Amino acid sequence: MTDEAVRPRFRRGVKFRFDETRQAWVLLAPEKLFTPQGTAVEILKRVDGERTLDEIVDDLASVFQAPRDLIARDVEVMLRDLEAKGAVWL
Amino acid sequence: MAVTAPAATLEPPVALIAEITHRCPLSCAYCSNPLELERSAAELGTSDWLRVIEEAAALGVLHLHFTGGEPLARRDLATLVRHAAALQLYTNLITSGVQLDDRAMLALAEAGIDHIQLSFQDVEPERGDASGGLKGGHARKLAAAARIVAAQVPLTLNFVVHRGNIDRIPAMIALGERLGASRIEIAHVQYHGWALLNRASLLPTAEQLAVATAGVGAARARLGSRIPVDYVLPDYFATRPKACMGGWGRRAMNISPSGKALPCHAAESLPGFDFPSVRDTSLGAIWNGSEAFARFRGTDWAPEPCRSCKHLEADLGGCRCQAFALTGEAARTDPACKLSPDHHIVRQAIADAVAANDLQPRRIGLFGRAATR
Ligand code: SF4
Ligand code: SF4
Repeated sequence: MTDEAVRPRFRRGVKFRFDETRQAWVLLAPEKLFTPQGTAVEILKRVDGERTLDEIVDDLASVFQAPRDLIARDVEVMLRDLEAKGAVWL
Repeated sequence: MAVTAPAATLEPPVALIAEITHRCPLSCAYCSNPLELERSAAELGTSDWLRVIEEAAALGVLHLHFTGGEPLARRDLATLVRHAAALQLYTNLITSGVQLDDRAMLALAEAGIDHIQLSFQDVEPERGDASGGLKGGHARKLAAAARIVAAQVPLTLNFVVHRGNIDRIPAMIALGERLGASRIEIAHVQYHGWALLNRASLLPTAEQLAVATAGVGAARARLGSRIPVDYVLPDYFATRPKACMGGWGRRAMNISPSGKALPCHAAESLPGFDFPSVRDTSLGAIWNGSEAFARFRGTDWAPEPCRSCKHLEADLGGCRCQAFALTGEAARTDPACKLSPDHHIVRQAIADAVAANDLQPRRIGLFGRAATR
Protein backbone atom coordinates (compact mmCIF):
# COMPACT_ATOMS: atom_id res chain seq x y z
CA MET A 1 0.00 0.00 0.00
CA THR A 2 1.08 3.51 -0.68
CA ASP A 3 1.31 5.91 2.22
CA GLU A 4 -1.71 8.17 1.94
CA ALA A 5 0.16 11.19 3.23
CA VAL A 6 2.63 11.01 0.38
CA ARG A 7 2.61 13.97 -2.02
CA PRO A 8 2.86 12.67 -5.58
CA ARG A 9 4.96 14.78 -7.90
CA PHE A 10 6.35 14.60 -11.38
CA ARG A 11 9.97 13.72 -11.72
CA ARG A 12 12.36 16.33 -12.96
CA GLY A 13 12.20 16.49 -16.71
CA VAL A 14 8.57 15.44 -16.89
CA LYS A 15 5.92 17.79 -18.23
CA PHE A 16 2.16 17.45 -18.26
CA ARG A 17 0.30 19.80 -20.53
CA PHE A 18 -2.56 20.26 -22.93
CA ASP A 19 -1.69 20.01 -26.60
CA GLU A 20 -3.80 22.24 -28.80
CA THR A 21 -3.01 20.37 -32.02
CA ARG A 22 -4.24 17.03 -30.73
CA GLN A 23 -6.78 18.55 -28.34
CA ALA A 24 -5.44 16.14 -25.75
CA TRP A 25 -3.36 16.07 -22.59
CA VAL A 26 0.19 14.81 -22.99
CA LEU A 27 2.78 13.69 -20.47
CA LEU A 28 6.26 14.34 -21.78
CA ALA A 29 9.44 12.74 -20.47
CA PRO A 30 12.85 12.12 -22.02
CA GLU A 31 12.23 9.97 -25.10
CA LYS A 32 8.73 9.21 -23.84
CA LEU A 33 5.23 10.38 -24.59
CA PHE A 34 2.15 9.28 -22.71
CA THR A 35 -1.33 10.29 -23.74
CA PRO A 36 -3.47 9.82 -20.64
CA GLN A 37 -7.23 9.79 -21.13
CA GLY A 38 -10.31 10.32 -18.98
CA THR A 39 -9.77 9.60 -15.31
CA ALA A 40 -6.01 9.54 -15.73
CA VAL A 41 -6.07 13.16 -16.85
CA GLU A 42 -8.15 14.13 -13.82
CA ILE A 43 -5.69 12.39 -11.52
CA LEU A 44 -2.63 13.94 -13.14
CA LYS A 45 -4.11 17.42 -13.01
CA ARG A 46 -3.98 17.07 -9.24
CA VAL A 47 -0.36 15.92 -9.06
CA ASP A 48 1.52 19.00 -7.92
CA GLY A 49 3.85 17.87 -5.16
CA GLU A 50 1.66 19.65 -2.64
CA ARG A 51 -1.54 17.66 -2.41
CA THR A 52 -1.31 14.34 -0.59
CA LEU A 53 -2.59 11.12 -2.09
CA ASP A 54 -5.44 11.31 0.41
CA GLU A 55 -6.43 14.79 -0.67
CA ILE A 56 -6.34 13.84 -4.33
CA VAL A 57 -8.63 10.89 -3.70
CA ASP A 58 -11.02 12.99 -1.58
CA ASP A 59 -11.23 15.63 -4.23
CA LEU A 60 -11.89 13.15 -7.04
CA ALA A 61 -14.48 11.29 -4.98
CA SER A 62 -16.40 14.46 -4.35
CA VAL A 63 -16.11 15.90 -7.86
CA PHE A 64 -17.13 12.66 -9.55
CA GLN A 65 -19.54 11.50 -6.85
CA ALA A 66 -17.93 8.08 -6.83
CA PRO A 67 -17.15 5.62 -4.03
CA ARG A 68 -13.90 6.59 -2.35
CA ASP A 69 -12.52 3.02 -2.33
CA LEU A 70 -12.90 2.71 -6.04
CA ILE A 71 -11.20 6.02 -6.72
CA ALA A 72 -8.41 5.23 -4.28
CA ARG A 73 -7.67 2.03 -6.13
CA ASP A 74 -7.67 3.70 -9.55
CA VAL A 75 -5.35 6.44 -8.35
CA GLU A 76 -2.95 4.02 -6.77
CA VAL A 77 -2.78 1.72 -9.78
CA MET A 78 -2.23 4.56 -12.19
CA LEU A 79 0.39 6.42 -10.20
CA ARG A 80 2.27 3.19 -9.40
CA ASP A 81 2.38 2.44 -13.09
CA LEU A 82 3.75 5.87 -13.90
CA GLU A 83 6.25 5.55 -11.10
CA ALA A 84 7.52 2.31 -12.60
CA LYS A 85 7.82 4.09 -15.93
CA GLY A 86 9.93 6.78 -14.33
CA ALA A 87 7.49 9.68 -14.66
CA VAL A 88 6.23 10.19 -11.10
CA TRP A 89 7.63 10.03 -7.57
CA LEU A 90 5.41 8.63 -4.84
CA MET B 1 -16.81 7.58 -54.44
CA ALA B 2 -14.47 6.34 -51.78
CA VAL B 3 -11.15 7.95 -52.34
CA THR B 4 -8.67 7.57 -49.51
CA ALA B 5 -7.04 10.79 -48.50
CA PRO B 6 -4.04 9.92 -46.36
CA ALA B 7 -3.27 13.53 -45.54
CA ALA B 8 -6.57 13.91 -43.73
CA THR B 9 -5.92 11.01 -41.37
CA LEU B 10 -2.21 11.62 -40.92
CA GLU B 11 -1.13 12.12 -37.32
CA PRO B 12 1.18 15.05 -36.70
CA PRO B 13 4.83 14.24 -35.93
CA VAL B 14 5.66 13.94 -32.24
CA ALA B 15 9.35 14.67 -32.57
CA LEU B 16 11.62 16.99 -34.48
CA ILE B 17 15.26 16.01 -34.63
CA ALA B 18 17.25 19.14 -35.32
CA GLU B 19 20.72 18.23 -36.52
CA ILE B 20 21.89 21.78 -36.26
CA THR B 21 25.48 21.11 -37.31
CA HIS B 22 27.76 18.30 -38.39
CA ARG B 23 30.73 19.98 -36.74
CA CYS B 24 32.04 18.10 -33.72
CA PRO B 25 35.22 18.29 -31.67
CA LEU B 26 35.25 14.51 -31.47
CA SER B 27 35.80 11.95 -34.20
CA CYS B 28 34.15 8.73 -33.10
CA ALA B 29 34.56 5.88 -35.53
CA TYR B 30 31.04 4.70 -34.63
CA CYS B 31 29.43 7.99 -35.61
CA SER B 32 26.28 7.42 -37.65
CA ASN B 33 26.58 10.76 -39.44
CA PRO B 34 26.93 10.50 -43.21
CA LEU B 35 30.40 10.11 -44.73
CA GLU B 36 29.92 13.37 -46.55
CA LEU B 37 29.57 15.76 -43.66
CA GLU B 38 28.08 19.17 -44.28
CA ARG B 39 30.34 22.16 -43.76
CA SER B 40 29.48 25.12 -41.57
CA ALA B 41 28.95 27.43 -44.55
CA ALA B 42 26.05 25.25 -45.68
CA GLU B 43 24.26 25.37 -42.31
CA LEU B 44 20.88 26.99 -41.79
CA GLY B 45 21.07 30.36 -40.07
CA THR B 46 19.53 31.31 -36.76
CA SER B 47 16.43 32.90 -38.25
CA ASP B 48 15.72 29.82 -40.34
CA TRP B 49 15.90 27.60 -37.29
CA LEU B 50 13.67 29.94 -35.28
CA ARG B 51 11.07 29.73 -38.03
CA VAL B 52 11.41 25.93 -38.25
CA ILE B 53 10.85 25.69 -34.50
CA GLU B 54 7.67 27.77 -34.79
CA GLU B 55 6.42 25.64 -37.65
CA ALA B 56 7.16 22.51 -35.65
CA ALA B 57 5.18 23.70 -32.64
CA ALA B 58 2.26 24.69 -34.86
CA LEU B 59 2.33 21.32 -36.59
CA GLY B 60 2.05 19.44 -33.29
CA VAL B 61 5.64 18.47 -32.53
CA LEU B 62 6.09 17.80 -28.80
CA HIS B 63 9.74 16.79 -28.40
CA LEU B 64 12.54 18.80 -29.94
CA HIS B 65 15.93 17.11 -29.97
CA PHE B 66 18.99 19.22 -30.65
CA THR B 67 21.67 17.00 -32.06
CA GLY B 68 24.42 16.89 -34.69
CA GLY B 69 27.39 16.68 -34.78
CA GLU B 70 27.81 18.64 -31.63
CA PRO B 71 25.01 21.19 -31.12
CA LEU B 72 27.24 23.26 -28.81
CA ALA B 73 29.44 23.98 -31.81
CA ARG B 74 26.77 26.55 -32.70
CA ARG B 75 26.71 29.76 -30.70
CA ASP B 76 22.97 30.25 -31.09
CA LEU B 77 21.98 27.03 -29.34
CA ALA B 78 20.62 28.75 -26.23
CA THR B 79 18.65 31.17 -28.43
CA LEU B 80 17.01 28.25 -30.20
CA VAL B 81 16.28 26.47 -26.92
CA ARG B 82 14.68 29.58 -25.45
CA HIS B 83 12.43 29.97 -28.47
CA ALA B 84 11.37 26.33 -28.31
CA ALA B 85 10.74 26.45 -24.57
CA ALA B 86 8.53 29.52 -24.98
CA LEU B 87 6.44 27.50 -27.44
CA GLN B 88 6.13 24.72 -24.84
CA LEU B 89 8.22 22.24 -26.79
CA TYR B 90 10.07 19.67 -24.70
CA THR B 91 13.71 20.46 -25.37
CA ASN B 92 16.40 17.81 -25.27
CA LEU B 93 20.07 18.40 -25.94
CA ILE B 94 22.15 15.49 -27.19
CA THR B 95 25.76 16.40 -26.55
CA SER B 96 29.25 15.03 -26.15
CA GLY B 97 29.72 17.62 -23.41
CA VAL B 98 33.29 18.62 -24.10
CA GLN B 99 32.22 22.22 -24.82
CA LEU B 100 29.74 22.43 -21.98
CA ASP B 101 31.55 24.94 -19.79
CA ASP B 102 30.00 27.06 -17.03
CA ARG B 103 28.85 29.73 -19.42
CA ALA B 104 27.21 27.32 -21.83
CA MET B 105 25.48 25.52 -18.97
CA LEU B 106 24.15 28.73 -17.48
CA ALA B 107 22.84 29.90 -20.85
CA LEU B 108 21.07 26.61 -21.46
CA ALA B 109 19.55 26.48 -18.00
CA GLU B 110 18.29 30.04 -18.33
CA ALA B 111 16.89 29.25 -21.75
CA GLY B 112 14.83 26.47 -20.17
CA ILE B 113 16.41 23.27 -21.45
CA ASP B 114 14.31 20.32 -20.23
CA HIS B 115 16.79 17.48 -20.46
CA ILE B 116 20.36 16.77 -21.47
CA GLN B 117 21.70 13.53 -22.87
CA LEU B 118 25.44 13.37 -22.37
CA SER B 119 27.45 10.74 -24.19
CA PHE B 120 30.57 8.98 -22.97
CA GLN B 121 32.85 6.90 -25.19
CA ASP B 122 34.06 4.72 -22.34
CA VAL B 123 34.52 4.63 -18.57
CA GLU B 124 38.30 4.65 -18.64
CA PRO B 125 39.73 8.10 -19.45
CA GLU B 126 42.49 6.93 -21.81
CA ARG B 127 40.19 4.65 -23.74
CA GLY B 128 37.48 7.29 -23.91
CA ASP B 129 39.92 9.89 -25.19
CA ALA B 130 41.30 7.48 -27.77
CA SER B 131 37.83 6.56 -28.96
CA GLY B 132 36.66 10.16 -29.27
CA GLY B 133 40.00 11.33 -30.60
CA LEU B 134 40.37 14.16 -28.10
CA LYS B 135 42.90 14.21 -25.30
CA GLY B 136 41.29 15.31 -22.06
CA GLY B 137 37.82 14.79 -23.51
CA HIS B 138 36.75 12.29 -20.89
CA ALA B 139 37.68 14.62 -18.04
CA ARG B 140 35.67 17.39 -19.67
CA LYS B 141 32.66 15.13 -19.89
CA LEU B 142 32.90 14.35 -16.19
CA ALA B 143 32.95 18.07 -15.47
CA ALA B 144 29.98 18.58 -17.81
CA ALA B 145 27.97 15.93 -15.97
CA ALA B 146 28.63 17.69 -12.67
CA ARG B 147 27.49 21.01 -14.15
CA ILE B 148 24.29 19.53 -15.52
CA VAL B 149 23.41 17.96 -12.18
CA ALA B 150 24.30 21.15 -10.29
CA ALA B 151 22.02 23.11 -12.61
CA GLN B 152 19.27 20.62 -11.73
CA VAL B 153 18.68 19.65 -15.31
CA PRO B 154 17.76 15.97 -15.66
CA LEU B 155 20.66 14.02 -17.08
CA THR B 156 20.70 10.90 -19.21
CA LEU B 157 24.10 9.30 -19.53
CA ASN B 158 24.50 7.66 -22.90
CA PHE B 159 27.04 5.05 -23.90
CA VAL B 160 27.32 3.76 -27.43
CA VAL B 161 28.63 0.23 -27.08
CA HIS B 162 30.69 -1.83 -29.51
CA ARG B 163 33.29 -4.57 -29.42
CA GLY B 164 35.92 -2.33 -27.86
CA ASN B 165 33.93 -1.21 -24.81
CA ILE B 166 30.94 -3.50 -24.42
CA ASP B 167 32.65 -5.53 -21.71
CA ARG B 168 32.55 -2.53 -19.39
CA ILE B 169 28.76 -2.04 -19.27
CA PRO B 170 28.52 -2.67 -15.50
CA ALA B 171 31.15 0.03 -14.92
CA MET B 172 29.28 2.38 -17.27
CA ILE B 173 26.11 1.99 -15.27
CA ALA B 174 28.04 2.50 -12.04
CA LEU B 175 29.48 5.71 -13.47
CA GLY B 176 25.98 6.90 -14.32
CA GLU B 177 24.87 6.29 -10.74
CA ARG B 178 27.91 8.04 -9.34
CA LEU B 179 27.41 11.10 -11.54
CA GLY B 180 23.78 11.47 -10.54
CA ALA B 181 22.16 10.53 -13.85
CA SER B 182 18.40 10.20 -13.74
CA ARG B 183 18.46 7.80 -16.65
CA ILE B 184 21.09 5.68 -18.40
CA GLU B 185 21.04 4.65 -22.02
CA ILE B 186 23.16 1.82 -23.35
CA ALA B 187 22.88 2.01 -27.12
CA HIS B 188 24.39 -0.37 -29.61
CA VAL B 189 26.06 1.17 -32.62
CA GLN B 190 23.71 1.87 -35.49
CA TYR B 191 25.44 0.82 -38.65
CA HIS B 192 24.97 3.90 -40.80
CA GLY B 193 27.55 6.34 -42.14
CA TRP B 194 30.91 6.07 -40.42
CA ALA B 195 29.77 3.20 -38.28
CA LEU B 196 28.94 1.14 -41.35
CA LEU B 197 32.36 1.88 -42.77
CA ASN B 198 33.92 0.64 -39.53
CA ARG B 199 31.51 -2.20 -38.95
CA ALA B 200 34.00 -5.05 -39.03
CA SER B 201 35.92 -3.52 -36.15
CA LEU B 202 32.84 -2.51 -34.15
CA LEU B 203 30.52 -5.51 -34.15
CA PRO B 204 30.64 -7.36 -30.85
CA THR B 205 30.72 -11.13 -30.68
CA ALA B 206 27.61 -13.07 -29.73
CA GLU B 207 29.33 -14.04 -26.47
CA GLN B 208 30.10 -10.43 -25.60
CA LEU B 209 26.51 -9.52 -26.35
CA ALA B 210 25.10 -12.21 -24.10
CA VAL B 211 27.26 -11.06 -21.18
CA ALA B 212 26.35 -7.43 -21.85
CA THR B 213 22.64 -8.12 -21.93
CA ALA B 214 22.84 -10.08 -18.68
CA GLY B 215 24.77 -7.20 -17.12
CA VAL B 216 22.06 -4.74 -18.05
CA GLY B 217 19.43 -7.08 -16.64
CA ALA B 218 21.25 -7.28 -13.31
CA ALA B 219 21.62 -3.50 -13.13
CA ARG B 220 17.95 -2.98 -13.93
CA ALA B 221 16.92 -5.35 -11.17
CA ARG B 222 19.08 -3.43 -8.73
CA LEU B 223 18.14 0.10 -9.81
CA GLY B 224 14.44 -0.47 -10.41
CA SER B 225 12.60 2.72 -11.35
CA ARG B 226 15.13 4.88 -9.50
CA ILE B 227 17.41 5.07 -12.54
CA PRO B 228 15.80 3.51 -15.61
CA VAL B 229 18.31 1.84 -17.92
CA ASP B 230 17.35 1.93 -21.58
CA TYR B 231 18.81 -0.86 -23.64
CA VAL B 232 17.73 -2.29 -26.95
CA LEU B 233 19.18 -5.42 -28.48
CA PRO B 234 21.13 -4.64 -31.63
CA ASP B 235 19.17 -5.72 -34.66
CA TYR B 236 22.09 -7.56 -36.24
CA PHE B 237 21.67 -10.10 -33.47
CA ALA B 238 17.90 -10.01 -33.14
CA THR B 239 15.48 -12.10 -35.15
CA ARG B 240 13.25 -9.23 -36.17
CA PRO B 241 14.12 -5.64 -37.05
CA LYS B 242 12.87 -2.56 -35.25
CA ALA B 243 10.28 -0.21 -36.64
CA CYS B 244 12.91 2.34 -37.49
CA MET B 245 12.08 5.79 -36.12
CA GLY B 246 8.68 4.37 -35.17
CA GLY B 247 7.94 4.16 -38.87
CA TRP B 248 8.93 6.16 -41.92
CA GLY B 249 7.27 9.57 -41.83
CA ARG B 250 5.09 8.52 -38.94
CA ARG B 251 6.47 9.95 -35.71
CA ALA B 252 9.52 12.01 -36.41
CA MET B 253 11.07 14.44 -38.80
CA ASN B 254 14.81 14.99 -39.06
CA ILE B 255 16.30 18.24 -40.32
CA SER B 256 19.88 18.14 -41.60
CA PRO B 257 22.31 21.00 -40.90
CA SER B 258 21.64 22.52 -44.31
CA GLY B 259 17.88 22.21 -43.91
CA LYS B 260 16.95 19.02 -45.69
CA ALA B 261 13.89 17.35 -44.18
CA LEU B 262 14.42 13.62 -43.79
CA PRO B 263 12.30 10.81 -42.34
CA CYS B 264 15.46 9.67 -40.52
CA HIS B 265 19.00 10.97 -40.30
CA ALA B 266 20.38 8.20 -42.47
CA ALA B 267 17.85 8.69 -45.26
CA GLU B 268 20.06 11.15 -47.08
CA SER B 269 22.06 8.15 -48.29
CA LEU B 270 19.08 6.86 -50.29
CA PRO B 271 19.21 7.48 -54.03
CA GLY B 272 16.17 8.48 -56.07
CA PHE B 273 14.78 10.85 -53.49
CA ASP B 274 14.17 14.53 -53.68
CA PHE B 275 14.10 15.48 -50.03
CA PRO B 276 12.47 18.87 -49.51
CA SER B 277 14.29 21.73 -47.84
CA VAL B 278 12.92 23.77 -44.97
CA ARG B 279 14.49 26.78 -46.68
CA ASP B 280 11.63 26.88 -49.18
CA THR B 281 8.92 24.54 -47.87
CA SER B 282 7.05 24.66 -44.57
CA LEU B 283 7.22 21.70 -42.20
CA GLY B 284 3.47 21.23 -42.55
CA ALA B 285 3.67 21.04 -46.33
CA ILE B 286 6.58 18.61 -46.06
CA TRP B 287 4.87 16.34 -43.56
CA ASN B 288 1.52 16.31 -45.29
CA GLY B 289 2.49 16.67 -48.90
CA SER B 290 5.97 15.48 -49.72
CA GLU B 291 6.37 12.39 -51.85
CA ALA B 292 9.58 11.49 -50.00
CA PHE B 293 7.78 11.24 -46.67
CA ALA B 294 4.86 9.36 -48.19
CA ARG B 295 6.88 6.79 -50.11
CA PHE B 296 7.51 4.28 -47.30
CA ARG B 297 4.84 5.49 -44.92
CA GLY B 298 2.59 2.76 -43.55
CA THR B 299 2.65 -0.68 -45.12
CA ASP B 300 1.42 -0.30 -48.70
CA TRP B 301 4.93 -0.25 -50.12
CA ALA B 302 5.99 -3.46 -48.34
CA PRO B 303 7.34 -6.37 -50.39
CA GLU B 304 7.25 -10.05 -49.54
CA PRO B 305 7.91 -11.62 -47.10
CA CYS B 306 6.66 -8.62 -45.08
CA ARG B 307 3.42 -8.24 -47.01
CA SER B 308 2.05 -11.54 -45.75
CA CYS B 309 3.76 -11.43 -42.37
CA LYS B 310 1.88 -10.95 -39.11
CA HIS B 311 4.61 -8.68 -37.71
CA LEU B 312 4.27 -6.03 -40.39
CA GLU B 313 2.19 -3.63 -38.28
CA ALA B 314 4.69 -3.92 -35.45
CA ASP B 315 8.00 -3.45 -37.27
CA LEU B 316 6.90 -2.04 -40.65
CA GLY B 317 9.54 -4.12 -42.38
CA GLY B 318 12.43 -2.54 -40.49
CA CYS B 319 14.85 0.14 -41.61
CA ARG B 320 14.82 1.42 -45.22
CA CYS B 321 18.31 2.82 -44.95
CA GLN B 322 19.67 -0.46 -43.69
CA ALA B 323 17.91 -2.32 -46.50
CA PHE B 324 19.54 0.01 -49.00
CA ALA B 325 22.97 -0.05 -47.39
CA LEU B 326 23.07 -3.83 -47.35
CA THR B 327 21.17 -4.81 -50.49
CA GLY B 328 21.30 -1.74 -52.71
CA GLU B 329 17.50 -1.46 -52.64
CA ALA B 330 15.58 0.60 -50.10
CA ALA B 331 12.26 -1.13 -50.72
CA ARG B 332 13.35 -4.57 -49.57
CA THR B 333 12.75 -6.29 -46.25
CA ASP B 334 15.36 -5.18 -43.73
CA PRO B 335 18.10 -7.85 -43.92
CA ALA B 336 18.29 -7.82 -40.13
CA CYS B 337 15.07 -9.86 -40.22
CA LYS B 338 15.55 -13.60 -40.06
CA LEU B 339 12.85 -14.01 -42.69
CA SER B 340 14.52 -11.68 -45.17
CA PRO B 341 15.95 -13.40 -48.27
CA ASP B 342 19.02 -11.20 -47.67
CA HIS B 343 19.55 -12.19 -44.06
CA HIS B 344 22.77 -14.00 -44.98
CA ILE B 345 24.36 -10.56 -45.49
CA VAL B 346 23.97 -9.81 -41.80
CA ARG B 347 25.12 -13.27 -40.80
CA GLN B 348 28.15 -12.83 -43.02
CA ALA B 349 28.96 -9.42 -41.50
CA ILE B 350 28.96 -10.97 -38.05
CA ALA B 351 31.14 -13.84 -39.26
CA ASP B 352 33.50 -11.40 -41.02
CA ALA B 353 33.89 -9.08 -38.07
CA VAL B 354 37.60 -9.00 -37.50
CA ALA B 355 39.48 -8.69 -34.28
CA ALA B 356 41.74 -6.14 -35.96
CA ASN B 357 41.38 -2.57 -34.90
CA ASP B 358 41.46 -0.53 -38.08
CA LEU B 359 38.90 2.08 -37.17
CA GLN B 360 38.54 5.04 -39.47
CA PRO B 361 37.85 8.15 -37.37
CA ARG B 362 35.08 10.46 -38.56
CA ARG B 363 36.34 13.56 -40.35
CA ILE B 364 34.81 16.39 -42.32
CA GLY B 365 35.94 16.44 -45.93
CA LEU B 366 37.71 13.08 -45.93
CA PHE B 367 35.15 11.48 -48.17
CA GLY B 368 34.64 13.72 -51.13
CA ARG B 369 34.06 10.88 -53.54
CA ALA B 370 32.48 7.49 -53.27
CA ALA B 371 34.66 6.00 -50.61
CA THR B 372 31.99 3.78 -49.18
CA ARG B 373 32.48 0.11 -49.31
S1 SF4 C 1 29.25 10.14 -32.44
FE1 SF4 C 1 31.13 11.19 -31.78
S2 SF4 C 1 31.85 12.22 -33.65
FE2 SF4 C 1 29.72 11.66 -34.05
S3 SF4 C 1 28.57 13.47 -33.45
FE3 SF4 C 1 28.63 12.13 -31.65
S4 SF4 C 1 30.41 12.82 -30.46
FE4 SF4 C 1 30.62 13.69 -32.52
S1 SF4 D 1 9.22 -10.37 -42.71
FE1 SF4 D 1 9.00 -8.16 -42.64
S2 SF4 D 1 7.22 -7.82 -41.32
FE2 SF4 D 1 7.89 -9.94 -40.98
S3 SF4 D 1 9.22 -9.84 -39.20
FE3 SF4 D 1 10.53 -9.66 -41.04
S4 SF4 D 1 10.73 -7.46 -41.39
FE4 SF4 D 1 9.00 -7.74 -39.99
